[in-house]
Amino acid sequence: MSRLEIVKTYKIYIGGQFPRTESGRYYSPVNKDGKVLGNICLSSRKDVRNAVVAARKASGSWSERAAFNRGQILYRIAEMLEGRKAQFVEELQFQGSTKLAAEAEVNLAIDRIVYYAGWCDKYQAIVSSVNPVASSHFNFSVAEPMGVVGITAPENSSLIGLVSLVLPVICGGNTVVVLAAENLPLCAVTFAEVLHSSDVPGGVINILTGSTKEMTPTLSTHMDVNALVYGGNDPLELKEIQENAVLNVKRVFAYSIDWTKADAQGLHYISDVQEIKTIWHPIENVGGATSNY
Amino acid sequence: MTKQNRQVDSWEYAPSLESTNHIHIKKRYELFINGEWVKPSSGKYFETINPANEEVISEIAHGNDEDIDRAVKAARKAYTEVWSVMPAAERAKYIYRIARLMQEQARELAVIETLDAGKTIRESRDIDVPLACNHFFYYAGWADKLAYAFPNRKVESLGVAGQIIPWNFPLLMASWKIAPALAAGNTVVLKPAETTPLTALKLAEIIEASGLPPGVVNIVTGYGDTGAALVNHFDVDKIAFTGSTNVGKIIQKTFAGTSKKLTLELGGKSANIIFDDAPIDQAVEGIINGIFFNQGHVCCAGSRLFVQENIAEKVISKLKERLKSLYLGDPLDKNTDVGAINSKEQLATITKYLEIGKQEGAEMYQPACTIPEKGFFCPPTLFTNVAQSNRIAQEEIFGPVLTIQTFRTIDEVIQKANNSPYGLAAGVWTEKGARIFNMANQLNAGVIWANTYNKFDPTSPFGGYKESGFGREGGVHGLAAYVKFV
Repeated sequence: MSRLEIVKTYKIYIGGQFPRTESGRYYSPVNKDGKVLGNICLSSRKDVRNAVVAARKASGSWSERAAFNRGQILYRIAEMLEGRKAQFVEELQFQGSTKLAAEAEVNLAIDRIVYYAGWCDKYQAIVSSVNPVASSHFNFSVAEPMGVVGITAPENSSLIGLVSLVLPVICGGNTVVVLAAENLPLCAVTFAEVLHSSDVPGGVINILTGSTKEMTPTLSTHMDVNALVYGGNDPLELKEIQENAVLNVKRVFAYSIDWTKADAQGLHYISDVQEIKTIWHPIENVGGATSNY
Repeated sequence: MTKQNRQVDSWEYAPSLESTNHIHIKKRYELFINGEWVKPSSGKYFETINPANEEVISEIAHGNDEDIDRAVKAARKAYTEVWSVMPAAERAKYIYRIARLMQEQARELAVIETLDAGKTIRESRDIDVPLACNHFFYYAGWADKLAYAFPNRKVESLGVAGQIIPWNFPLLMASWKIAPALAAGNTVVLKPAETTPLTALKLAEIIEASGLPPGVVNIVTGYGDTGAALVNHFDVDKIAFTGSTNVGKIIQKTFAGTSKKLTLELGGKSANIIFDDAPIDQAVEGIINGIFFNQGHVCCAGSRLFVQENIAEKVISKLKERLKSLYLGDPLDKNTDVGAINSKEQLATITKYLEIGKQEGAEMYQPACTIPEKGFFCPPTLFTNVAQSNRIAQEEIFGPVLTIQTFRTIDEVIQKANNSPYGLAAGVWTEKGARIFNMANQLNAGVIWANTYNKFDPTSPFGGYKESGFGREGGVHGLAAYVKFV
């Protein structure tokens, strides 16, 4: 008699923990053969709010962590993902990909994580500046993370879209609340397990499954979210997000990109979600000395 | 001229008035569209007055949506046919030329700015006008170097930029907007504030004289409805707005669901923090400059003072003493420190907040000074005994009003300073280098002034966090507001 397989329970990821949605609700998306992907958590407004609280709590220590250390942690995610490649390929196939496409997607996701790991301690040197002001001051501008960023993952991608949107944002020291692709949620949850077994501190990345229509208004009106990254493809949904963002002048970035392309990555995905802070300090003038900056 | 009859304890200066007889102001200004001065289609004009004596200076055309449409069409045509196809180095030369012409007319610009805005001549002459000229000169050089500003990306100009500016730094804000827009290859429709249109119109004359191709810069004066027409015009690719957070939010909402680009420079309630190891006398000067510069009509004004508890008594008494020596009066007098409030409406707003402060239980201090009979004036004001929850400590007053709170620990003051929907600027006063960097890192604001305050430079990016808006003006970062990536 063949052995009975253990089926995984898919849960959401908040503050480094895997709770079920507090609402106790679920939904059952199906693949193109009509097979149920699983009983997936239908996250509630309260889950969104809890995730924002977790992201805010993690924000301070993540943004203050040494850039080099952030780079190592991101690299560790790639290591963990490499080790669980087979599982992602399987899930992608179950959700409708061919084996070839699934393997390519996972490989690209791993490489993209390594790409952004490398940026962690480099982008600052590229986007900051020393400004030669005319008065006797030392003046420089640096990039700082915006804080808590809400991300809507692309609908048509289970893994590469999510990775492409999340990694540059956390690379720059932000913490995130991610709404996973509603009908392709499996890789998002499994990716949370990868994060959990890597060294990413709890709360830096929070991942919710469920109805984006239901969660988006809560996320985009939340007063403790600083910016929103929209990877979806629905102009009406984007408009709603942009309108809601007005409440506390959130910055909104919308990317409509084919993330499976090798060059769908770059510095600007990091720098878009950075604020520029400019700092002035007087330079002493003794004996006719002036500034060389 | 208003008579200077101040009650000052010890010093009385003879008035030292800047002459107004070399300036040229027309009785009436039309709209500057497509390189020509055209009548507003409504036929309506409004008066611009000198807020220091309430005398009418000139009549200004009130542009409406038809005029905005003409201006945008002119800007589009100039963009497509001339400005976007001109070699960048040639573009740069026009912008340099504007900077030079402004420098030649600097004195006239300064006097007109003071007449129209109520700011002191010392400030117009030494800060606003030179910075405005320098902004053009600085950005001119970027025109043919844009590729260096955005590593590994290809940039293009946006098209027609609509720009709406406030009344607190009329010429300077016009320069902050126009110079980078032109350098990046865009054409411009600028709407100046209704109380301070004159220097923008003088700038239009300079632009006309510079030979800049018609339609590259258009200046349409008017009220909020004129600005709204610009925001709502279908063929504007970008809006750059400086003004209140409320209006900024309306514009942000209007732009939802469009691909138009937006930058917002909005309000602030910036913290100025003084630690017990600070050089107290320098800090007191910095605090005074932080809040009373330009009568407090400064979005980044250091309007919330946080004093470490053990030096609070000393600092407050020095501040009160310093306030007594501030000269309030005719902005054209070179002795004047505190000029006129920009408008009757703004004076009413400030007066309302003074009442709110008193009702909230804060203690108000104003030095004895005689307010000129005509014009809009508000004495420099301190509030002590202020609670974090008081409206005067939370809302932007945009006037010469400082709230003073105390703190004991660094953590406490960081929390208090950051506890604001705004995040434009912050000041820190301490002799400890390590503490400066700690504070600079932890304060959520776009500009940090350490042991200084209210300093500006064309090379230095300016702009806020949170509800103070997004995007930067100045420096290499200011270019991003006027390009798109392809």
